[in-house]
Amino acid sequence: MAKTAISLTVNGEKVEALVEPRTLLIHFLREQLSLTGAHIGCETSHCGACTVDMDGQSVKSCTVFAVQADGADLRTIEGLAAPDGTLHALQNAFREWHGLQCGFCTPGMIMRAWRLLQENPHPSEAEIRFGIAGNLCRCTGYQNIVHAISAAAATLAGASKEAAE
Amino acid sequence: MNEIGDTRAAREEKLQGIGCRRKRIEDIRFTQGKGNYVDDLKLPGMLFGDFHRSPYAHARIRRIDTTKARALAGVVAVLTATDLKPLKLDWMPTLAGDVQAVLAGEKVLFQGQEIAFVVATDRYLAADAADLVEVEYEELPPLVDPFRSMAPDAPILREDIKDTTEGAHGKRRHPNHIFTWEVGDREATEQAFRAAEVSVKQLISYQRVHPSPLETCQAVASFDKIEGELTVWGTFQAPHVVRTVGAILSGIPEHKIHIIAPDIGGGFGNKVGVYPGYVCAIVASIVTGKPVKWVEDRIENLTATAFARDYHMTAEIAATRAGKVTGLRVHVLADHGAFDACADPSKWPAGFFNIVTGSYDFPVAHVTVDGVYTSKAPGGVAYRCSFRVTEAAYCIERAMDILAHKLRLDPAEIRMRNFIRREQFPYHSALGWEYDSGDYHTAMKKALEAVGYQALRTEQREKQEQFRRRETRELMGIGVSFFTEIVGAGPSKNCDILGIAMFDSAEIRVHPTGAIIARMGTKSQGQGHETTYAQIIASELGIPADNVMVEEGNTDTAPYGLGTYGSRSTPTAAAATAAACRKIRAKAQMIAAHLLEVHHDDVEFDIDGFRVKGMPERSKSMKEVAWAAYNAVPPGLEPGLEAVSYYDPPNMTYPFGAYLCVMDIDVDTGVAKVRRFYALDDCGTRINPMIIEGQVHGGLTEAFAIAMGQEIAYDEMGNLKGPSFMDFFLPTAVETPHWETDYTVTPSPHHPIGAKGVGESPNVGGVPAFSNAVNDAFAFLGATHIQMPHDPWRVWKAAEALGLQK
Ligand code: FES
Ligand code: FES
Repeated sequence: MAKTAISLTVNGEKVEALVEPRTLLIHFLREQLSLTGAHIGCETSHCGACTVDMDGQSVKSCTVFAVQADGADLRTIEGLAAPDGTLHALQNAFREWHGLQCGFCTPGMIMRAWRLLQENPHPSEAEIRFGIAGNLCRCTGYQNIVHAISAAAATLAGASKEAAE
Repeated sequence: MNEIGDTRAAREEKLQGIGCRRKRIEDIRFTQGKGNYVDDLKLPGMLFGDFHRSPYAHARIRRIDTTKARALAGVVAVLTATDLKPLKLDWMPTLAGDVQAVLAGEKVLFQGQEIAFVVATDRYLAADAADLVEVEYEELPPLVDPFRSMAPDAPILREDIKDTTEGAHGKRRHPNHIFTWEVGDREATEQAFRAAEVSVKQLISYQRVHPSPLETCQAVASFDKIEGELTVWGTFQAPHVVRTVGAILSGIPEHKIHIIAPDIGGGFGNKVGVYPGYVCAIVASIVTGKPVKWVEDRIENLTATAFARDYHMTAEIAATRAGKVTGLRVHVLADHGAFDACADPSKWPAGFFNIVTGSYDFPVAHVTVDGVYTSKAPGGVAYRCSFRVTEAAYCIERAMDILAHKLRLDPAEIRMRNFIRREQFPYHSALGWEYDSGDYHTAMKKALEAVGYQALRTEQREKQEQFRRRETRELMGIGVSFFTEIVGAGPSKNCDILGIAMFDSAEIRVHPTGAIIARMGTKSQGQGHETTYAQIIASELGIPADNVMVEEGNTDTAPYGLGTYGSRSTPTAAAATAAACRKIRAKAQMIAAHLLEVHHDDVEFDIDGFRVKGMPERSKSMKEVAWAAYNAVPPGLEPGLEAVSYYDPPNMTYPFGAYLCVMDIDVDTGVAKVRRFYALDDCGTRINPMIIEGQVHGGLTEAFAIAMGQEIAYDEMGNLKGPSFMDFFLPTAVETPHWETDYTVTPSPHHPIGAKGVGESPNVGGVPAFSNAVNDAFAFLGATHIQMPHDPWRVWKAAEALGLQK
């Protein structure tokens, strides 16, 4: 099949690639760029395991064509930690609060939470639950995920307060 | 050595051993997107396989034409039954003693059955080509209702065995009959019913559901023609079993087969069995000489690999008017689908369903199970439960409520009156089990107090009055569930899989610096084995858990074991871990005594090393002993410090718990809202409370899904209705209730550290708690039993049937 050239930014780095028009973003990320953090759990936009951040929005990359990401700014779980390897508050909080078990939903869940906390830095429990309703987890029952996200929100709020002072 | 002044508590704390909320080691990679799941694997030249599947539930195959598929550029091979036949791989044995078609050649027996396996250079092409396979069918009448399976005029499904009257589990009465399994004392039970002051009888159905872990089943097979070696990476809950079965099927010597289960994205029983996808990937790799990846999509997962339950249980209880049970009789009609592919220990066609007497002291009981074929997908796996234990728990917990209702007794009270008492343990059940330990009354009392049970009942009565006075349209239900599980299969005397006893194993090596590598025959799918096994080793050997690396899932390096399912890792492999540590400790004690220049009987183990009895200042840390094991062993002792243990458990373990659910149901919308859910679990010794709570949260969420909406349903033509997450109910964070957890500790007397296993308890105990709550809400209006799942539509229908929608 004829290929289309796309160029985009992934985790801060410029990427140029040739893709088939029908290639899904999730397959492009996982197979062409070897970014295997985002997973495929359903291919029907229900589970959110494939969630990545595209131009400031959470997207389910199983339902986006790679060509639609032409010119986009993408962030995946692999680009969440600081360049020096320091983990993001959410990554620490998920571990601290036992917010994961098999880990399959985790990259999508954390990326969704990352965007959620930018949309709403001080979410209530109900807002967190609603905010991650597009991401399914079969293992944890969500309670510890909700804790983890609120704990990360508190940490981030503390850090930005410190920075402001 | 210890820091000067370290208290005993500080020394223990450093170990991060049994009982502490150690953070998980696995999370470091998972939170960074660095897990290693099967689909992450990329090998040079790797091809992709995809299936062409049957659209019909029952049809004869007239012709399969793969010409167009083969002609598509990028397609490397197309396999059909004709290609598998000369290799004797067109059929494969199931764990239940039946055979299953790998690729259908003559007939399709369920919708979605595998017919052709297409191999191409990329996954999109494989999917394209799978669509190009042409099959001509002659439609046959499907058989969807299991109650019709044994009717004289029922269509015969399995023509391959239609004349066989003897199956793997005894006589077959009809071509669609698989087995009858009987346990207990029929006559004594009949006598109990004849003499009964009261009795109840109810058909209780547990609908067909699916474990649907977030990662589907998948594998990469790579056959090395030159060495004659096969490597398969796959979603295997039981890698060693896969290797042994693979060797038997393929004729490749077992040592030349390497089975690797990398990180697994949840299993819940879905990944115990061997599926056509695995077999086809292997054959395709042998045929093409290239690695072949097979990844099922979600629709295929829900359609074809491993449903669970589909048990239709007619339960009868005989009792005195005072509410003391005197007998239990259960008949089960078990829908197994097109092939009996249950993943049970070989001699147990209905799993451990005979735990159905539950937590109650039934003097007599009798159970019969009839397994039948239907035009549905095969499976019958233990979805987050020990084999058929959740069906049994649901059956007895629902039946006890029905009895309570008939006798106008409180559901908690009837349980209290019938519990096996603490002093009766070890308890021999009427259906043949020996319960190891329990203290049910204490657990139940604690649970009732924790939720303020009496006050809830008072509130409920008031609400019922208001409802009668038409002041509210909301009903309140209180679900009581007290379950006893049977896990840890199992003792070689009664458990095997294809002839292999169900022990498990651990191999532990202490290196000179005191760092440890430990390997087990089990395989975590999210349970956190890398974290918890290390805690056991830390407590047993006095080496910090952080210095222990736990490895599972590679059959080349792991000791032989039967894998992880049925909550068996803690009862078996954790026991093996403790046993191996104790062998190491015995040798370490000899070495320590040698270093301390005393007799080995004069030293004792103390937290993180050995000390001379009565002279605590004369001591050697385990770390020092480890070093000495490689250079200063006493004469006559071999150097090194390692041990292997193959642990054949003397008995199963019997975790139990008391779960209480409070629900508010809107009669006009049928929406049931869980106001409160309290779960008390007793899983014996608690290795890592954080992980236990996490397991309970997860299991309760699965139980909530099953009780309140999950169903794998077929229409009358055998079409699967809604095989995607659009229709199959998986609760999101919004619907999922808040969970309260609690515990009591009644250690297992026969397990080396007293642990019993917990991963599945919440599913087993949770489902009846939800269902009993719904039923309890409507009971005062005359409802006896409302079938699951309790989605709003069905709850609304139940209310309508009671005349509440007028
Ligand atoms: S894989 Fe994209 S939403 Fe499930
Ligand atoms: S941790 Fe397994 S799906 Fe969420």
